[in-house]
Amino acid sequence: MSAPDTTIEVSDLRLAYGGREVLHGISFDVRRHEIFGIIGPAQSGKSSFLKCLNRTIELVADTSVSGTIRLDGQDIRRSGDVFGLRRRIGMVAPLPVGLPLSIYDNVAFAPRAAGLKARGALDEIVERCLRQAALWDEVKDRLTSLGTALSGGQQQRLTIARALSHDPEVLCLDEFSIAIDPVTTMRIEDVLKELRRDITIVLVTNLVQQARRLADRTMFLLKGEIVELGPTGVIFSDTPAERRTFEYVRGMFG
Amino acid sequence: MSDGPVVRFGETEFGRSKRRTEGLLRLALAAMTAAMIVPLLALILYLVIHAWPALNIEFLLEVPKKGMRAGGIWPALVGTIYLVLGALAVSAPLGILAAIYMNEYARDNWFHRSINMAVINLAGVPSIVHALFGLGAFVYAAQFGYSIIAAALTLAIMTLPVIITSTREALNSVPQAFREACWNVGATRWQTTRAVVLPNSISGILTGVILEVSRTAGETAPIMFTGAVFYKAVQRGDLFPYGLHDQCMALSMHLYTLSTQVPGVPEALPFATAVVLLGTVLSVNALSIVARLWLRGRKRW
Repeated sequence: MSAPDTTIEVSDLRLAYGGREVLHGISFDVRRHEIFGIIGPAQSGKSSFLKCLNRTIELVADTSVSGTIRLDGQDIRRSGDVFGLRRRIGMVAPLPVGLPLSIYDNVAFAPRAAGLKARGALDEIVERCLRQAALWDEVKDRLTSLGTALSGGQQQRLTIARALSHDPEVLCLDEFSIAIDPVTTMRIEDVLKELRRDITIVLVTNLVQQARRLADRTMFLLKGEIVELGPTGVIFSDTPAERRTFEYVRGMFG
Repeated sequence: MSDGPVVRFGETEFGRSKRRTEGLLRLALAAMTAAMIVPLLALILYLVIHAWPALNIEFLLEVPKKGMRAGGIWPALVGTIYLVLGALAVSAPLGILAAIYMNEYARDNWFHRSINMAVINLAGVPSIVHALFGLGAFVYAAQFGYSIIAAALTLAIMTLPVIITSTREALNSVPQAFREACWNVGATRWQTTRAVVLPNSISGILTGVILEVSRTAGETAPIMFTGAVFYKAVQRGDLFPYGLHDQCMALSMHLYTLSTQVPGVPEALPFATAVVLLGTVLSVNALSIVARLWLRGRKRW
């Protein structure tokens, strides 16, 4: 049914908060090992989609979801182990969240929550993830100091290291750069280009140029509906299929 | 426009009236603060002056003598400690765990909202009503009789809603983003609570519990109905004079007895009892401040 190179398969996804529908039956695929950009102004349902994907939407009161999301062909709502599902998806929130634990414990938290206790294996994961997130060299001598004491940009890379620590198949970043400086943003973008060789990346951003720099394909989401989905080159060309796409990426509205 | 230099920061009529209002208000507010402090200081001063002749270490350790017209307050002091610790042993774990459930686990639906309302309203039930409930439930129905256990349980029921409320406030002070970050990596609610929420709210939780101790120590009605007595013969300085099924004396009750029930008590005795009760409460509060400072020093964000 699903093509072998499809990681996420969304069909007719609807989401409502209370009686207010914010996703109006969207369908699309995310391919394996691509960077999939989702752009759109605020209140378009971008973050809500990510919450549906890792089922944290179920922790929000008074929501109803219909339609299906498949991860590697498996309906995520049929997977009995919601905690296992969340570990298959790395999630990076807009604001950096260093947990009030040591840097080491921040990264080791997820493997430990999954039951891993062996110190050697944990050490290995911590070093690998901090290296992947381009933070290792800055913190390797103070792994026991508090994650919350790091600068904002460092905390965001720590958040990425934590999101990688449970070895996810998909890494989702939700406007990861809104609270950090441009230099750190560029470093993280380089990190993402490295990571795409191993995992699929969903990049939600309201900086359209970021999607242009990174994404293989880009989806323009507006008020809970897909306006256009296509290769990034087409979306950002002078002739996308939709007039609204052209206007949005040129900054004429949104 | 005049030809003179432009005065940017000069005196204006509006500026003067603004400063006048500001000065008057500051004075009025400071006066209110003073008016609030005065009765408090007067109360303490009044108590200590009247109690002075009777206040010494013997007063603490000695048992009442000559029909309570002489001697000390040892049995009442120990009784109060028994009651407070007994109440706390029940209400602290129960209240804290219930608060964790309500805050970290319960979904926001009508059922849990109504439980929340019940807790808030329960905190407002007068202690004399709790006393009557304790009498019916623990003394008679549970057949504990008039005893420390019945009195302590009554006090526990009374303090539960307040402990739940203060614990929830402490849990709520931990930012929601921490919880979401934990859920996103597949942590269960308990893993989240244990690793992140509890370590960062424990100071607030303890403060709430300790403040409840001081309130419990001063309660009279609930224990009067369920297990406190006017007089109980015990040894001087005996640390374990009561069993759980005994009745006991208590400071608040003792104060009432000395002041209204026994003729010919030297004036200093009830006042000294009041000072000890107040001292107990204030030192427990001081303990809570120390605990809070110590734990806040370890706060991590």
